[in-house]
This record gives sequence, structure tokens and C-alpha cells, in this order.
Amino acid sequence: MAREAAPAGEREAVLKVHGLRIVLDPSGVDIDDEVSLQIHRGEVLGLVGESASGKTTVGTSLLNYQRRGAKIEAGRIEIDGQDVLSMSTEALRKIRGGAISYVPQDSSASLNPALRIGKQLLEILEIHGFGESQADREARRAEMMAEVLLPSDEQFLRRYPHQLSGGQQQRVAIAMAFANRPRIIVLDEPTTALDVTTQAHVLDTVRDLTRSYGVAALYITHDLAVVANLADRIAVMYAGRLVEVGTRDELFDEGHHPYSRKLLASIPDITGERALRGIRGWAPRPGQRPSGCTFAPRCDWVIDKCRAEYPPVEEVSPGHTVRCWRYKEVGAQAGVFETVELRDKSLSQRAADVREVISVRDVDAYYQHKKTLHDINTSLSERHCLSLVGESGSGKTTLARCIAGLHPHRIVGDIEFNGKRLAREARDRPRATRQAIQYIFQNPYSSLNPRKTIGQILSQPLGVFFDLSRSETEDRMADVLEKVALDASLLSRYPDQLSGGERQRVAIARGLAAEPTVLICDEVTSWLDVSVQAAIIELLASLQRDMGLSMLFVTHNLALVRSISQEVAVMTEGRIVEFGLVDAVLEDPQADYTKKLLSDTPTV
Amino acid sequence: MPPLLKLILIRVGLGLLTLFLVSVVVFAATQALPGDTARAILGKEAADKARYEALRKQLGLDRPIHEQYIEWLGGVVTGDMGDSLVQDEPVTKLLGRRVVNTFTLVFVAAVLSVPISLLLGSLTALKRDTLFDTSITVGSLSLAALPEFVIGIALILFFATQVLKGAMPAVSRVDPGLPIYQQLKLFILPAVTLTLAVAPYILRILRASTIEVLESEYVMMARLKGLPERLVLNRHALPNALAPALQVTALNLAWLAGGVVVVEYLFAFPGIGSLLVDSVANRDMPMVQAICLIIAAVYVLANLTADILTILVSPRLRTGLR
Amino acid sequence: MSTPEIRVGDSDLAELEPAVVQSERRRSEWLMTLSEAWRMGRTKIGVGIFLVIIAIAVVGPWVAPYSPTELVAPPFSAPDIPKLWLGSDYIGRDVLTRVLYGGRTVILLALAATVIGLGVGVTLGLITGYARRWIDETIMRLLDVVLAFPQIVLTLLFVSILGPRLWLIVLIVGISHAPRIARVARAATLEVAQRDFVRAAEAFGIARWKILFNEIMPSITSPLLVEFGLRLTYSIGLIAALSFLGFGMQPPSADWGLMINENRIGIVIQPWPVFVPVLLIGILTIATNLIADGLGRALIGIERDTGVG
Repeated sequence: MAREAAPAGEREAVLKVHGLRIVLDPSGVDIDDEVSLQIHRGEVLGLVGESASGKTTVGTSLLNYQRRGAKIEAGRIEIDGQDVLSMSTEALRKIRGGAISYVPQDSSASLNPALRIGKQLLEILEIHGFGESQADREARRAEMMAEVLLPSDEQFLRRYPHQLSGGQQQRVAIAMAFANRPRIIVLDEPTTALDVTTQAHVLDTVRDLTRSYGVAALYITHDLAVVANLADRIAVMYAGRLVEVGTRDELFDEGHHPYSRKLLASIPDITGERALRGIRGWAPRPGQRPSGCTFAPRCDWVIDKCRAEYPPVEEVSPGHTVRCWRYKEVGAQAGVFETVELRDKSLSQRAADVREVISVRDVDAYYQHKKTLHDINTSLSERHCLSLVGESGSGKTTLARCIAGLHPHRIVGDIEFNGKRLAREARDRPRATRQAIQYIFQNPYSSLNPRKTIGQILSQPLGVFFDLSRSETEDRMADVLEKVALDASLLSRYPDQLSGGERQRVAIARGLAAEPTVLICDEVTSWLDVSVQAAIIELLASLQRDMGLSMLFVTHNLALVRSISQEVAVMTEGRIVEFGLVDAVLEDPQADYTKKLLSDTPTV
Repeated sequence: MPPLLKLILIRVGLGLLTLFLVSVVVFAATQALPGDTARAILGKEAADKARYEALRKQLGLDRPIHEQYIEWLGGVVTGDMGDSLVQDEPVTKLLGRRVVNTFTLVFVAAVLSVPISLLLGSLTALKRDTLFDTSITVGSLSLAALPEFVIGIALILFFATQVLKGAMPAVSRVDPGLPIYQQLKLFILPAVTLTLAVAPYILRILRASTIEVLESEYVMMARLKGLPERLVLNRHALPNALAPALQVTALNLAWLAGGVVVVEYLFAFPGIGSLLVDSVANRDMPMVQAICLIIAAVYVLANLTADILTILVSPRLRTGLR
Repeated sequence: MSTPEIRVGDSDLAELEPAVVQSERRRSEWLMTLSEAWRMGRTKIGVGIFLVIIAIAVVGPWVAPYSPTELVAPPFSAPDIPKLWLGSDYIGRDVLTRVLYGGRTVILLALAATVIGLGVGVTLGLITGYARRWIDETIMRLLDVVLAFPQIVLTLLFVSILGPRLWLIVLIVGISHAPRIARVARAATLEVAQRDFVRAAEAFGIARWKILFNEIMPSITSPLLVEFGLRLTYSIGLIAALSFLGFGMQPPSADWGLMINENRIGIVIQPWPVFVPVLLIGILTIATNLIADGLGRALIGIERDTGVG
């Protein structure tokens, strides 16, 4: 997409942040440190970071607001030359919702549940003294609603927040943020809770409004792909510090920090040109950050100096800064994508004449009395991976659970395993079947019993399905841990001593311990950071290939399917609308829904 | 049918079901257990088989149990709860004035405890972790632990017999011949006892729900929109904190109906609580049945009222989308 | 379990990756709750007072100067140190002796009632929380009926027909706790039962009762610990109140509740046989409630919203 990347400095800076340091109170552990940035009129700055990087904390600090337990310890924040941190309470109150406004992550929790939305919208105009009369404010409210493409009739304005969809709630929050024509707006992951199609609409709205009002914007996100088409400049945050700041093109084409480059390589690629590569390890939380360069433990470029001392801010070119001891060497590597491998094209081809392992025929499923799956027909081929793609509420997880025997409600139709009809509930299926079909859950924080050691967790399937001696059990456990690239020393640990990525590996190991032929993976990466997600996908793809597993891969992210599967089924509203080979479906989609999903999925 | 009405009717139906089951429990406990009423009246004389059987027949205890129940329930519904076994008069007549006394007492206690605890509950939440908050919290925690009779005796020792001798009457023998407003002094100590026993619970739930609301995203958002603190609290925080406190308040007021038993006995207050204690001691079954039914019905009704009020004040429930 | 970082509530810190716990110590949940609770001043005060009163009740009979039934002075004699530290009661027995003897019954009966209530309540809570559907509906509806009776009224209802028997009082007080405990246990079970590790165990085909006791039970011990402290507090109050009403311990037993009832008439001339038992019962309940509160705070970080017991 073409855009005029106006060099920094030429235009007036609406926001200037210098040397911001935010710590946990009272422990004094730093959440953010040495954060300095500028945003200019009409410019969107994308602030990108993984979990626990401290990005949200930076966002609210721009309004001089911190939650209980955190405080701004040092630094300067200026909006139009006014120092926000030293303002009087009254001045601060006036500027909040006036010159600077905030769009929260989760509007469903951020709108007052007991007030009608019309009143909440009017309120922000009233307290900031917008217009001369109530009629002025009501007119402005109607205008705002139109701008975010919502109706402004009395009936809609009389609704309570819970009577709106997630996308509508987020639009109301955006309308509020633009109400008093702010100078700068902070958007804190406003689309994280939304489906891609809704997200695409919200992003369009944000882009149009910032342009037409000339508003500066800080767009906070964990997803580099989301800001790729929105932000003029991007700031990459890692463990509380900005590691690289530059224009969109500078970052995407000539990133000078190893983390920026690696982060880019871990974004799933819907075009299927390049392979997905994760970053080892995980992002450290405040209080657990290593000394020296915090990225050093995960970095391929690491040298002794990195472990000793945090690198200073270096200027690559005007406006493009980086913090890495070896930024020159990193930057000297040609184009970012050339450093990553191209995808193995043979992945997406289906072998001829394969046997069906799981066949689903004319299946309807109910949740209580509501029909949630309609007339499902699909099949999983032996030694192949089938991706099941759909947005929330599409029925993809229900279908996966029906196959796994975890849907204790009414199911009509036939689900067969190797030609034999499966009982509805897992407990009614023969032991050999329960062993052959293994299910990996979405949330690794919920799927491992926090009261048990990893050893106890792994021995559960071994105890149920095999008659093993103590030493055989231990050998098997060490064996499956090795398969998922974990150390056997973890056996005596408890789940909360492990990172999210490690937990998900343990969950996979538990499934593998049963020696299954079919592996069902239900959104197994949706709780993980992108860099960790990529590593898990790599692992699953190689396990599936090497062990000859038949795999059902459930995901909401269409961009992931090329990295792992040969076939894909697209679901919406409880129906499969498209089914076929991955390349065929993605390159020449037939169903309207698939086309829409493809065009709405953000790409880098 | 409008969803709101349907929702309320379901609650009312469930309340009636519970009331019905309550009556079954009361009936079963007093008339179907092995030590039946006849045995209870006769005591040691029950060994006389002939007298025992005669009395059973007289009381209708020889008929099938469901027949007895239906007849008894019919009586209850029409206001005929039988005659007291101790004083040969209808139960309803003996109860009349005492019910008025007890409800007056409970009413005074409610009027005292609700405003105080709501005020202190929200104030402690707003001044969280200050000395004020800590002392009120620890004080209410201690009061919540104390049995009613401990509070009552402490008040008697302080205001009536030892420290401020005679400042308040130690017993509250309300004279049935005089109107209640002329004897309000007799209500003070029992009512304060009940207030101190019940207020800590309401205070603590309101404090907790206020704190939760103050930490909610929408209160943070209200501040980030630049609302003055006064509006943040009055419009966004406190109204949302009250709804969860409603249930607990109603339950505690209903609890007063049981709490009166010990307090009335302690102060010799002529209400249904002290009458229950006497009737249990004298094995006056019809009276015990009647009082237990009244107290349980008060609980069920208070609960039902709280349910309906909660529906009416919560948009999410009121608009019927659940 | 929750680290200070998470308590900040910053979505940045809590969003995807909860803290990785580094320490090796642990591990059963109730032990962690206990140690966390112990760090609070109020818990220490509560435990201190509780131990003192237990000591009085246990050691008391050995150090008492007289026999609890021995007539040692004229009725309602004022204290006469060192012969009659607290004076005499309504028929002339030594008040100090009866105080030293009178704590055992209330503590033991309250403990027994609490254990019964916990046993019945937890079992019902686990079953309703995991079974759900009609079993859940039916049991909870029936428990609502028990809840409609204030605990003291329910006990009196049964005492009226079966007479003032200790086993009956302990049983009914225990049973009247059960629905309240069952609600707490059910809520905790529901929360745990919807977690995926329970689904995983179901997918392996593990028996329901094993899932209930091996997978779910270990995660709900902490709320039950709090519930135990809370219900013990109410049991002490109820059992003492029943003795005070004349339906608990019967004369000539030495029992704090009964002492209050027997000596009330003389409160103006000789307050000690009323005052001392009231004081001891009062601080005992405060102590157990402080412990329950400390446990509750340790459990959820903020104070527990106790409804009516």
C-alpha cells in the first residue's frame, strides 16, 4: 500500500515522551524503562510488543493514569507542550477525554452496564462542555454514530451495552474517543477480542477517522500484522523498553534489531511463500528480566557484551532508532524475508488414494435445545492434516469435540473411526478408541491440573492405557518430553512453574504418551504469543510428518493453515461452506464467506 | 408474555414451591416423626396404651398421614392453625399481638441497620486501607462473629445493670394494654442488639462490591473520559455496587426473623420468638408449627422480593437477555 | 499463588502469560493458603486467642479449686479473693471452677456439628457441582427449603418433638450448615469442573468418582478451609445459644451457655457468673472468625463477602 511516509521532525509533534519509567509499587520493579517517543499530527504510531512487554502501561500513562500497584517514577510526557505528569487534578480531568482520549481493549467491560449507551455518549460531551446546548450535543452524538457506522435513532441509543454485539460496543468506544475532537488518541488493542471480519471494519473506521480529523494515534497491539496496514511508524517493545522505532517500511524491510526481524518471521504467512519460524523461549515478565540485553537469552546474534550491558539508543537514520550492540551487522543482512526459508510446497499436496480415518456424515449437533451444527460432512485422511477454520461461534470447536467424544449433548448423524461408528461420549467408547484419538485443548493454563507435577500429568494416560512398570513409565515420559523438545528435568515441576509455550508442549506430550493415530488440536496457539505460536506450529507440523499422525487442526486464523495442513474446511454458523486442498481453497476460493475471510485477514 | 413478566412469574412460582416444601417439612417434623404429638402431650403417661390411643384418635393422628397433611394445610391456608395445647385458645388468636410486636422490633432494627451499614460499607471502600477502614472492618468482623445473646448481655451489663445503671430497662415486657408508641423505650436494647448482629454483614458485602466496582474497567474508563470524581462515584460506581448488596441485605433482614428468638428470650420480650422458646419447652405443637411456618415464610418472601428487585435494577436481567 | 505482578491488574501483565513461578516450595493448596494466612497479623491474634481458650477448656478441670457441683458459699456471693475469685452462683457453687469446667462441652459439640456439616455439605456440593442437570436442580431446590429455616429455628423445631438431646442438637446444627457449605463447595466445584484438565481426564475415560476426588477435590480445599473456620464460629454461637435457651446441656452440668441462663436473675448483685462465660464465648467466636477471615483473605486477596450464616 502506498503512503507518504513523512519524515519525522518536519511536522509538529503532538506527543513527546521522554525517559518514561514505570515501576510496580511498592516493590520498585520496573515495568517500563527509558521509553521515549514522539507522535506527530495525523500520524499513527504502532506500539508492538508481546505479553508482559509493558505496552498497555505506557498507553494509560499518556493520560497520567496508572492502576493500583503501578506508578510513574520518572520521565516527561508532553501533549502540545503541556506536561501531563505535573498537571493539576482539574487540568488533567479536562485533558482526559478532551485533548487525549483512550479506546480500551475490552469495550464490553469498559461501558457501564447500567447506563444506556446514548446517555454514556452524551455524558462525555456534557462534561467537556461541548457546544452551546443540549441540541448541539445531540447533533454531535448523531454525527459520531454516523462516523462509526452505527444507527443513531432513539431506539438504538436506548440500548444497554449488553444488547450490542462486540463490534458495536467497540464502535461506541471509538465514537466516544473521537467525540471531543482530540489531539491524540490511544488505542489499546481495540480489536483483540473481535473476529477478523469485525476487526477489519474497526480498523477501517480508525484509519478513516484519524485521517479526516488529523488526529495523532498510538495503536497498541501484540499483532504486527494488524498495524502493518495502519501505522505510519512502528515502535517495537520488548521487556519494557523500545528496541526499535522506525517507519513501517524501515521496520519491515530493513529491521536492525534481531527481535524485530524474528517477530516478523513468526507471523503466519497467508500467501504461503515463506515458512513460519518461532523464537525460542518466552518474553520475560517484570521482575524476571535478565540483566544486560533482555533479549539476549532468545537471540541468535548474542555475544558476551549483550549479557553484560544494555545497549544504548543508536540512530540508524533520522527517525529510525535501535538498541542492539550488533545492529549494523543485523541490518546489513539483506531483506528480512530473505533470511527466512521458503515454505516446502510439497506440504500442501495430498497423496493419492488415501484412506479415511475419521468420517463425519450428515451430522447435526445441539447445545441444550439449540442446533449448533448443521448437516456436517467431512473426513480426515490418514497421515494428513485437515484444518478447520472459522470465527468464534462457527461451530468448529463443537465439531472437534463431537469427534473427540467431549460433547455431552444431542448429536444426530454418523461419526466413524476406521469405519466403525463412534459412541457419543468418550467414556462409552472402547479403550483402544480413546487411546487412538487424542485431543489437545486450547488453553494450556486450564488443561493441566495445577495440583499435579508434570510427571503425574504425563503418567495419567500411561496408567489408563498401558500396563507398565515404574521404570518403563519413566522411560516413556522422558521419551515424549524429548519429542516435544522439553527437558526431562521438568517432570518434578508444577504447571505454574512453566511458561505458556512449555505448558502447551506438556499438553501435547500428554496426548502423544497415549500413542495416538489421530491428534485433534483445538486452537492450541490462541493463548500464546506469536513468537511462541510459530514454534508450536513448527513442532506440530514435524510431529505430524514424522510420526505419521492424522491431525485435525482447529483455528480461527486462516493465515496459519498453509503452514501446517494439506486440506482445509471453512466453517461459519455451524456449517462447512468450503472444503478442499489448502492451495486450491486459498488461491481460488469458491464460497463468498471464504473470500471475505481471506480479504479481511491482515497480512504483512 | 413479555420476557420480564415471565422471568418474575418463574421466580414467584419457585417461591411458592419452596413454601409448599417448607410446610411439608414443618408438618413432617412435628407430626410424622416417631415421638408424635400425643406422646409429647402425655409425656410419661403415654405408657398407658388406652389413653394414648384415645388421644391419638382425638387429634386425628390415626388417619393416613397425607389426609392429615391436607387437612392441616387447608387449615393453614384459611387461617386456622388449630388450638394451642397449653392455653385452650386458637393459635392465631394467641399469636396476633405478638406478631405485631415482633414485626415492630424487626422493622426498627432494619431501619437502624440498613442505612448505617450501606453508608459505612461504601465509605470504607472509598477510604480503603486507611485507619478508618481498618478499624471499621476489624470492628465489623468481630461483631459478625458474636452470637446475638453475647451482644445483648453486653448491652444489658453496660446500659441496664452495671455501668450505666438503669439507663435502659433490662427486660422489655411490652404491655399489651398500651399502644406500642408509648413503650418505644422497651424496644431500644433488643433492636440495637439485632442491629449490631446484622449490620456487619451488610456493611461487608457493600464494601466488597464497591471495591470490585471501583476496580472495574468501566470506572477506569469513566476517569479516563475526564469525569469529575463525584460523577465517577455517584453515576458509575455506587449504583452498580448496590445491586449485589441487595440480595444479602434481604437475606439478613429475613435472618432477623430467626435472630429474634434468642433476643426476645433474653429481654423477655413478648413476641413470637420468645413464644417459640416457651412452646418448644411446653411441647405446644400447633404453636411451634405456626411460628416456624411464619418465620420460614418471611425468609422465602424476603428472598423473592430481593430476586425481583435485583431483576428490576439490573438492565441485563430486566431486558430479558440472559 | 498469585504474585504481586498479577494483582496489579494491568492487562499487560496479566494478559497472555501469567507469571512463571520460580520457587520450589509447596504444594498442596491448603498448605499454601495456611502459610499465606499466617503472614497476616489478624490470623496470628486469632490463633493466639483460640489456643488460650482451648488451653482453659483442656487444662481447666485440673486446676479448678473445687468440684463443679460442690456448694461452697451462699448463693450469689460476691468475689472473695483468694477463696472465691469470681464469687458463687445461684445455688452457691464456685463460679471460677464452673468456668474452668464449662468450655469443653461447647467446643467439642461445636466441632462435631461443624464436621458433620462439612462432611454432608461438601459431598452434596461436589455432586451437584459436577453432576449438574436434573440432579443438581433437585438437590439445590431441596437445600433451599432447609435454608428457609434460620438455623436456631430448625433446631428448635426438631427439639420440640424429640426433646433436648445433645446428639440431636449436634446433628441438626450440622445439617443446617450443610446447604450453606454445599453452596460454597458447589460454586468451587463448578468453577474447577469446567476447566479443561477435567475434560482431558474424561476423554481418557477415567471414572467419574476418581475425577471428583483426584482432579477436582484438591483444587477446592482452600475455600473449604475458610468455610470450616466460619462454620465453627457459627456452631459455637448456636450451641451456646441453645444451652442458653435451656435446650442444650442440662443442669447440673458446668457449661458456659447454661451458666448464663441459670445466673441471669442475679445479674445485678453478682454479674460474674454471667459476664465471664459471655466474655469467653465472645472472644472465642471472634478468634475463630479472625482465623476464617485471614484464610479468606489469603485465598482471594480481598475480603470475603460472607452472607448470613
